[in-house]
Amino acid sequence: MADLPRPLLTVEGLSLAFGGIRALRGVGFSLAEGETLAVIGPNGSGKTSLFNCISGAYTPGAGSITFQGKSLLGLSPDRVARRGIARTFQNLRLFLGLPVIDNLLLGRHLHFRKNLAAAFFRLRGEEIRHREKCEELIEFLDLEPYRNVRVADCAYGVQKRVELARALALEPRLLLLDEPASGLTGEEKEEVAYWLHEMRGRFGLTLLFVEHDLRFASRLAPRMIALDRGEKIAEGTPAEVQRQPAVARAYLGDAA
Amino acid sequence: MDLVESHQEELRFARGRVVRALLIAGVAIAIAVPFSGQPAWIVRGTLIAITAIGVLGQNLLIGHTGQISFGQAGFLAIGAYTFAHVQMLPWPLALLVAGLAAAVAGVLVGFPSLRLKGPYLAIATLGFGIAVYQLLANASWLSGGRTGVAVQRPPMEWLYWQDVLLLAIFALATVNLISSYAGRAFMAVRDSEIAAEAVGVNLTRTKLLAFAVSSFYTGVHGALFAQFLGHLEPELFNLGEVLTLFVAITVGGLASIEGSIFGAAFVVLAPAVFGAARWAVPVLFGGSIIVVLVFEPGGLAGGLRKARVALEQWPFR
Repeated sequence: MADLPRPLLTVEGLSLAFGGIRALRGVGFSLAEGETLAVIGPNGSGKTSLFNCISGAYTPGAGSITFQGKSLLGLSPDRVARRGIARTFQNLRLFLGLPVIDNLLLGRHLHFRKNLAAAFFRLRGEEIRHREKCEELIEFLDLEPYRNVRVADCAYGVQKRVELARALALEPRLLLLDEPASGLTGEEKEEVAYWLHEMRGRFGLTLLFVEHDLRFASRLAPRMIALDRGEKIAEGTPAEVQRQPAVARAYLGDAA
Repeated sequence: MDLVESHQEELRFARGRVVRALLIAGVAIAIAVPFSGQPAWIVRGTLIAITAIGVLGQNLLIGHTGQISFGQAGFLAIGAYTFAHVQMLPWPLALLVAGLAAAVAGVLVGFPSLRLKGPYLAIATLGFGIAVYQLLANASWLSGGRTGVAVQRPPMEWLYWQDVLLLAIFALATVNLISSYAGRAFMAVRDSEIAAEAVGVNLTRTKLLAFAVSSFYTGVHGALFAQFLGHLEPELFNLGEVLTLFVAITVGGLASIEGSIFGAAFVVLAPAVFGAARWAVPVLFGGSIIVVLVFEPGGLAGGLRKARVALEQWPFR
């Protein structure tokens, strides 16, 4: 990628095994500052495993992950978050017992100056500053009606938006989205596509997302990689990737 | 519906009407009790205030942070015996030392929580409680053996005001804590450890902090209890005490401040109702856990919340 600025994230030779199952086999790619890259592939191809390696939930058996010139290997997920990487989850991981606003404030957690004495004595200047940031996101993602509603009581589409807002609240350099459109109606997918597009412009984000809806992925990402059984089988523009026989085989089986 | 115009306003203490009403009722009762002229009620009120401090602390750990712990008796004992051994210090300092000693023990006991979840953590902490009891029962230099340890006891009326005031301070501190970044991190760990880590919450630090703060409360509970009784023996800190605190949390309401105080009142007042038939108390406690978990998992505080919603929406629905 000679025409792109310095890479923000570089993954090289990443391998991960669970017992006899090799979830990732030598996956590598790089992502430039401000770029959007989609990871596609059928179920069980290793997309989420790849995400879990980057975000620190899994420790890969081999390979390297470099973010802003520093290795992420061996860091716990909270340290990876501190480095500037936020993520969403395929099956939503929200703080269900808390209202929407508190979920977003937790997204601000790593920006809080931790001062227990201030917490006990109710000094709230810090809190108010972060609340203002969260209000911006609530407005941006049309969450006003749900502000004080417990997340467990929100509809699925709203929960999905809350998770996106929470990830944005971290003000990450790199945002990892695990199937941002899964489980949504056609109309909601349109909305998510619009928001992601807006977000990139507004927050100057670098986006890496997993998707198996090829249409959705090709609308947002100028470049994608395809995984199958833990291996990278294609890389390039959406049209290039979809033309690869290996991709068609992975999605449709050997008959294709 | 009221209109909130600023963040300051939203974060104000006791903003809701119901909360304010409860607060006024609580203060009124606290002031009325000593004027009732009934010594039994002063004793009960003191005991409720003392117990409520411990319940608040354990609720922070179990209700807010979701770490089920049965080590309460151990922390109580550490607080109580530390207080007994440092009672020559000025009283507030002795209380602080007792709380801190329990907090240190809390951090040590908290370490398994980094690995163990749910029932496994409960078993590990239970082991701690038993170990402390055995240590006290066998180390007479610590516990004074069969004669026990004497603790200086101020007049009951003085104790009442002191403990009610302390409860107010601890309750206020808890309200402030749980509405801060630290309290939110506690609840984040309870709701989803994976998500908590993904937003940058350090699980180790958060869990150990929850253990430290909650054991501090329980240590203070133990110290005040020692002062209230005027005499300590290891038998006081057996498994029954764990059950009592657990009942108070469950019946009062998990992760609720008013619930902690209701729960403390329940475990203090229920035995008083039974009077002679003391054998019935554990039966009542056990039974009440089952009834609460089946019919109103939110406990008394949860029931109150539901009643309030129903009242607001009446007669619609």
